[in-house]
Amino acid sequence: MNPHQHPIPAAGSADSPAAPPWNPYLAGIGLGLTLLLSYVVLGAGLGASGSIARVAATAAHALAPAAVEGNAYLGPWFAEGSPLVHYLVAMAAGVLLGGFLSALAGRRLRAGVERGPRISSRGRLLFALAGGILVGFASRMAGGCTSGQALSGGALLLTGSFAFMGAVFASGYAAAWFVRKEWLP
Amino acid sequence: MNLFAQGLLDSPLGLLLAGLIGLSFGFWLEKAGFGSSRRLAGIFYFRDFTVLQVMFSAIVTALLGLQTLSVLGLVDLTALYRMETVLGPQIAGGLVFGVGFVMGGWCPGTALVGLASGRLDALPFLLGAMLGSLGYAAVFPALGGFVDLGACGVSTLPESLGLSAGTMTLLLTGVALLLFFLVNRFGPRDPKAPAGDLASARST
Repeated sequence: MNPHQHPIPAAGSADSPAAPPWNPYLAGIGLGLTLLLSYVVLGAGLGASGSIARVAATAAHALAPAAVEGNAYLGPWFAEGSPLVHYLVAMAAGVLLGGFLSALAGRRLRAGVERGPRISSRGRLLFALAGGILVGFASRMAGGCTSGQALSGGALLLTGSFAFMGAVFASGYAAAWFVRKEWLP
Repeated sequence: MNLFAQGLLDSPLGLLLAGLIGLSFGFWLEKAGFGSSRRLAGIFYFRDFTVLQVMFSAIVTALLGLQTLSVLGLVDLTALYRMETVLGPQIAGGLVFGVGFVMGGWCPGTALVGLASGRLDALPFLLGAMLGSLGYAAVFPALGGFVDLGACGVSTLPESLGLSAGTMTLLLTGVALLLFFLVNRFGPRDPKAPAGDLASARST
């Protein structure tokens, strides 16, 4: 049996079960064609971490404009107006809407904290925060995340993208043992 | 078309088209089951190989498409936005990213999809990613020459290995197909086993 093809109950409504995700190869081909379209139309690949950094920079700018504009990394983003007027921010807005519509259609919209059976919700949320801090930092350092660096650069056979991908999986597998209580039964 | 080459990426047309492409991006990430942090983390425990299956089929699909369009003379690959290879920060960043990925259960794009489908653990992850981005900006001046360590300009794998782009494409496609065969042959069969199973996820 394929693990992706068994019914998954939606929270709070036993009579309207959530649809299972689609076949992973079909989803991968859909994602790949989206990436191809992005290159042909935009001339650039997909990205996600850049938009998060730009929203963060805008929020920080509202609190401390001089410090942000004087920062060597963030300053240039404010040279031509708002850093939010950027194709990656528009793309992220699309990702939110596309994800919402797909979850709605698949009856997978459900509020809840996903965690393993051995960790509390509060613990899981703290790990998510800590993981997010590392991922945000690392994405800026590497110039992209799994979308902009691994996926988009991988499709162009860029050397740095494969180095990044190898490093991500090497350290992910090495760290997995230390956080196993977060996920495993 | 290539809006990047025309300097129109952040024009109203560029923003509209990027938004539409994002719509498709989010749709397929969600259909892949990536609105679930347990499914994403499952790759690191050999319990759920969806990440590998989706990521490699996406890369190979786009790679074959780009190489075909390039051979037909329809797309100039050198005119696309290609990130320069800087091995030091890209490898160091990848090592930190991997730890954050398995701890957080998300990457940036999938966290957006998770948030959009109601996963509350995506919220602190995204908040953390904002803080981490600002943290990098704060230490950036102190990193000095490290940010250029191992800079090779725009570098591709076939150039680095002395292969033709066609050979590299076929090689990578072959590796992906071999991985798919191994996952299908030896991957988890028990429907109750995958860590990404939403049915066993808990709500607050």
